[in-house]
Amino acid sequence: MRDIHVDEISAVIERLFIDANYDLPEDVVRRFNEALIQEKSPVGKEVLQELLLNAEIAKDERIPICQDTGLAITFLEMGQDAHVVGGTLDDAVSEGVRRAYKKGYLRKSVCDPFTRKNTGDNTPPILHVSVVPGERIRIVVMPKGGGSENYSEVRMLVPSDGVEGVKRFVVEMVGKAGANPCPPITVGVGIGGNFETSALLSKEALMLPFGARNVDPFLKELELSILADINALGIGPEGYGGTVTALDVHIKVQPCHIASLPVAVNIQCHAHRIKEATI
Amino acid sequence: MELSSVTTPLDVATIEKLRAGDKVLLSGTIYTARDAAHKRFVDTLEAGKELPVDIRGQVIYYCGPSPASPGRVIGAAGPTTSGRMDAFAPRLLSLGLKGMIGKGKRSQAVKDAIVRHKAVYFGATGGAGALLSRAVVSYEIVAYEDLGPEAVARLVVKELPLFVINDVYGNDLYEMGMSKYRR
Repeated sequence: MRDIHVDEISAVIERLFIDANYDLPEDVVRRFNEALIQEKSPVGKEVLQELLLNAEIAKDERIPICQDTGLAITFLEMGQDAHVVGGTLDDAVSEGVRRAYKKGYLRKSVCDPFTRKNTGDNTPPILHVSVVPGERIRIVVMPKGGGSENYSEVRMLVPSDGVEGVKRFVVEMVGKAGANPCPPITVGVGIGGNFETSALLSKEALMLPFGARNVDPFLKELELSILADINALGIGPEGYGGTVTALDVHIKVQPCHIASLPVAVNIQCHAHRIKEATI
Repeated sequence: MELSSVTTPLDVATIEKLRAGDKVLLSGTIYTARDAAHKRFVDTLEAGKELPVDIRGQVIYYCGPSPASPGRVIGAAGPTTSGRMDAFAPRLLSLGLKGMIGKGKRSQAVKDAIVRHKAVYFGATGGAGALLSRAVVSYEIVAYEDLGPEAVARLVVKELPLFVINDVYGNDLYEMGMSKYRR
């Protein structure tokens, strides 16, 4: 058993959310540069150049990449031999989020669903905890804006809809979203499990690195074929028309009920902000 | 793609020169307002009262910036999705609002109102909040301070980079762009 103090967890959460909002990951910047070569539209190319310059300014001047500094999505893998001391895990994560959004001059974007009154400190975070072997805690944070999350959906397909039904649903969602979720987007697809599992799988799919393909050849082919269909829509960077609408499509699959085919589509904007650390 | 410099307030002669797809560098005074402020604008009008700002000839930027860190005028200041303001925009256009800046498609009712009232809808690059903040010269909250990031602010901008999305001729850059590259 290894003791981990809540203060250490809060400090790591604080640093990760600030860094994620200022500093776009290397692989996203690399993917933008590839997209700049692939994109056929001159306006689309200009938008991609703006995004590259934007990432550079944010990093150099330490200001947020986007003013929508998002809901504080936190995936925490808790080693079963780690022991949290000094308080509760939930409070430790919330405290880290609270400090990050204050000290990092990040926008507080959380409010009551009906009164729309802002909670004032960007809490509560969206916290997903899983238990894994070992005595360490791995934390992945993904601050995510509202514009892209608004175009995400879970649909309970029926088994006879099959692979074609899944493809149709994903491409339909991206087409419907158009310019709104700030393309070029990344698409997470969760298939199987049940209603809530499919949604979680689609979010986890977004956390995979660019170009990471499923080992299963059928799923790998499905990812590439959906990506091609999305890029044939013509939406392009910022929706001004073009050949790069999505940077990548990731699929995660889990067995489901014999009566069901749950599918979730989670859309991520081009500002794919993600950081991780292990304690 | 035409590149032109445009200064606010906007007059009809300037607006008539703009075509969907043009790149524009906008300078002058603009106002921020997003979801909650629009709701209040319309509630105020419904109550028969005056809006807190005179919107005639003005431009509204759908933006809720992040807080300014010490030494900065404003934090990141990119656009939010305009569609959520569609229910309110025709009313404001009928009162003389001449321009809107945001991201994403507008409803047919908004596009019709743009043509009818001779106005324009500009797109700012969504998610380029750091880049766009560089064009902001001053930021001053003028109404609804209690709304925090959603407060109405008066911004002075210098060469804010925009694209014309909906013009007075009924053109729509999203439709034009998509049909050109759809395969």
